[in-house]
Amino acid sequence: MSAIKKFMFVNRKAPYGTVYALESLEVVLITAAFDQDVSLVFMDDGVYQLKKGQQTKGIETKNFSPAYRALEDYDVEKLYVDSESMQARGLSEEDLLVSVTVLSRSQMGALMDEQDVVLSF
Amino acid sequence: MKFGIVVNEGPYQHQASDSAYLFAKAAIAQGHEVWRVFFYHDGVNNSSKLTEPPQDDRNIVNRWSRLAEEHKVDLVVCVAAALRRGIRDENLAQGFRISGLGQLVEAGTQTDRLITFGD
Amino acid sequence: MLHIVNKSPLTSNTLDSCLSTAAGGDLLLIEDAVYAATRGNAAESRLKAAMEKFRVYVLMPDLAARGMGERMSDGVTPVDYAGFVDLTVSNKSCQSWL
Repeated sequence: MSAIKKFMFVNRKAPYGTVYALESLEVVLITAAFDQDVSLVFMDDGVYQLKKGQQTKGIETKNFSPAYRALEDYDVEKLYVDSESMQARGLSEEDLLVSVTVLSRSQMGALMDEQDVVLSF
Repeated sequence: MKFGIVVNEGPYQHQASDSAYLFAKAAIAQGHEVWRVFFYHDGVNNSSKLTEPPQDDRNIVNRWSRLAEEHKVDLVVCVAAALRRGIRDENLAQGFRISGLGQLVEAGTQTDRLITFGD
Repeated sequence: MLHIVNKSPLTSNTLDSCLSTAAGGDLLLIEDAVYAATRGNAAESRLKAAMEKFRVYVLMPDLAARGMGERMSDGVTPVDYAGFVDLTVSNKSCQSWL
């Protein structure tokens, strides 16, 4: 693969209610394995993907949240969370299972403009 | 210009596949190349040759197959998403192939624009 | 950058998230988002306000299919699929707000 491009993954959906969060994570890992420049954005209900303490036994579904902690091993270190979305859900950085960069909406918008490829799930 | 397209929803349930098809057709009509269409999430269901819509409805699956044949569009179905949903080589419609997510990354790196259609 | 929205502003916050986040540029409303570009809907004032930052386009076949072709808001530019393709070409990147 020749060119390195800036890929951004925008996650706006909560986990478990639909499959998007899980399958998005699978693309992120593959994209990182292809040595692309990867950023992840969590906004709106997407911030719930990062909530600590997910217990999925009772719904007989795999808890995939530990995989967010493994992102570091794939050199995926640009994790951005929308401040407004987090506040609207009564969450703060301490509630999240990985360390993230918290951005305002306008900072987020500026970052989106810098990308080559934006995938939204 | 060289386009990649991602389809994230199944046929008939959601407009995404129709929108993606009409976009692809318009791009080709203007002389652009649609290099690859990648089917992900429930979008993998667009590739089932067992699909049989009523006669007065559009055949979404055949429409993609025809586009692939006439304009050499590479129709790639994500293997992990497909196996989860019972899509395998034996029920794959003409022009589609099953492959890995790397093909989606490639659709981002090897094209000028990547457009996603989903929910 | 081209921002593509496909959900009705009356049932989803997707359009609002896009408008409050994106730096501006071109905004294309497709599928159920076309209702945002119609006269008299509750989100009309928000779209109007966004026109300071965005050039707003609506996918006419989607608007017509929904019986709303006659109700298109002022200031919105109708495009067909060819126009949709042109927007993806004239912008260096695009984002579908799913």
